[in-house]
Amino acid sequence: MTERPLPAITPETRHFWDGARSGELRLQKCDACSHVYFPPRPFCPKCASREVSVFRASGRASLYSYVIHHRAAPGFTPPYSIAVVELEEGPRMMTNIIDVAQTPEALQLDMPLEVVFQPMSDEISLPLFRPARSAA
Amino acid sequence: MKPGDIAIVGAAETTDLGVIPHMSQIQLHADCALNAMRDAGLKLSDIDGIACAGEVPTNVAHYLGLVPKWVDGTAVGGCSFMLHVRHATAAISAGLCKTVLITHGESGKSRIGALPRSIPPATLQGQFEAPFGIMGTPTMFTIPVLRYLKTYGVTQEQLAMVAVVQREWAAKNPRAMMKHPITVSDVLNSRMIAYPFRLFMCCLVTDGGGALILTSADRAKDFPQKPVYILGTGESVESPMISQMEDFTSSRAFRVAGKQAFASSGIKHSDVDHLMIYDAFAHLPIYGLEDLGFVGRGEGAAFIAERNTAPGGKLPLNTNGGGLSYTHTGMYGMFALQETVRQVRGTAPAQVKDVQVAVCHGVGGMFSASGTIVMADRRG
Repeated sequence: MTERPLPAITPETRHFWDGARSGELRLQKCDACSHVYFPPRPFCPKCASREVSVFRASGRASLYSYVIHHRAAPGFTPPYSIAVVELEEGPRMMTNIIDVAQTPEALQLDMPLEVVFQPMSDEISLPLFRPARSAA
Repeated sequence: MKPGDIAIVGAAETTDLGVIPHMSQIQLHADCALNAMRDAGLKLSDIDGIACAGEVPTNVAHYLGLVPKWVDGTAVGGCSFMLHVRHATAAISAGLCKTVLITHGESGKSRIGALPRSIPPATLQGQFEAPFGIMGTPTMFTIPVLRYLKTYGVTQEQLAMVAVVQREWAAKNPRAMMKHPITVSDVLNSRMIAYPFRLFMCCLVTDGGGALILTSADRAKDFPQKPVYILGTGESVESPMISQMEDFTSSRAFRVAGKQAFASSGIKHSDVDHLMIYDAFAHLPIYGLEDLGFVGRGEGAAFIAERNTAPGGKLPLNTNGGGLSYTHTGMYGMFALQETVRQVRGTAPAQVKDVQVAVCHGVGGMFSASGTIVMADRRG
């Protein structure tokens, strides 16, 4: 099986992937208007301020929506979920839900999740999510 | 620019439609362009503007032998052609050119001379979506739908009804790829693609194309076909990433484009005799009906299931059978426009009686872009 496609890091996203490699989910927050956003960029997409900070997110999220893909894809064994989670801090991101059956019955919208990082290469660890084990 | 100042005077699809292994993508552009020129009774030298997507306008202009003085290569996915109509309308009104040709050609199934499809790994989508197993539109466009179903209590049976009703329209269209009747049960028993989407809820994959020719309404009466007037237009974009769509139950791009189109045309929803909503997947007509304001939020699925959009219903929708049953080359928007033109001319195979005002709504990417065109049989 061929490998799944991996990101090519850009200067604007370096902090995110460095964080993922060290086990941190990093988001950005606008110093001017407090907006928390994703994906990374060095300015606020709400107020256009360039004064923004990187911070470590909780890693807690809930299952917002998903599909269960039933066809072959490089690096995956079908059926597998392609999900969007809503982070506790507000932004949403695409991911896979792991450590749970890939079925509609097991994957309930709004179920609590927590981030885990799966090393894929020296540079890239991917943020995946699993059902929450620790109390929120 | 006033409503009705510009008209469509030529419209045609490719000679063949569906599976066209004997024609490359650039030739599909040319084939429908030549058909549209014949429809309009025009020569190459009569056309001074070109717009297209899929191929850059340079390629199409050179291949055809055109000498344009106005060029638009807006490429925002399957609704690009709605945006081309909007831009052409403005350009002709501004005097930048007189007669614009808009072409679509795509070897979506046979992939003859087609351009490669890939997500560059350094883009935001390449970094933050591609690693999670997305494989084309069936795994992206569909992601918001479970949230929609839960929010409004809509069932998969209601989703399936979209495909069932559109197949009824397709049965009346000799050029539709899929014409045999289907039931809700057939849809829900078709092959699972990406839960909750089964095969019959997903668009076809075909080869084909279509072309339009626009000019000023003052000249339009001199052409052989009944002019189809552009009353109003709208366009917008949202996000290239489905995961970053603002509201999973409603498209911002749909709302922005639709609102502009209605406002600029001066029409009310009750004026609309015929509607096209680009249906790459079964949920698109539901989102479109709601975001264009024909029904309230959460009411689109029931509206379709109650047969309001079916043959004999009060708001005929996707009367060619749509991307689900007619054809879907990849950028289907041109075929929605072609059907709207046929309906306003009165020449559609599944002709709706007395279509005076018609709305044609397109989507690009995965809810990434939108264009809405209001057409009419008179200047307004």
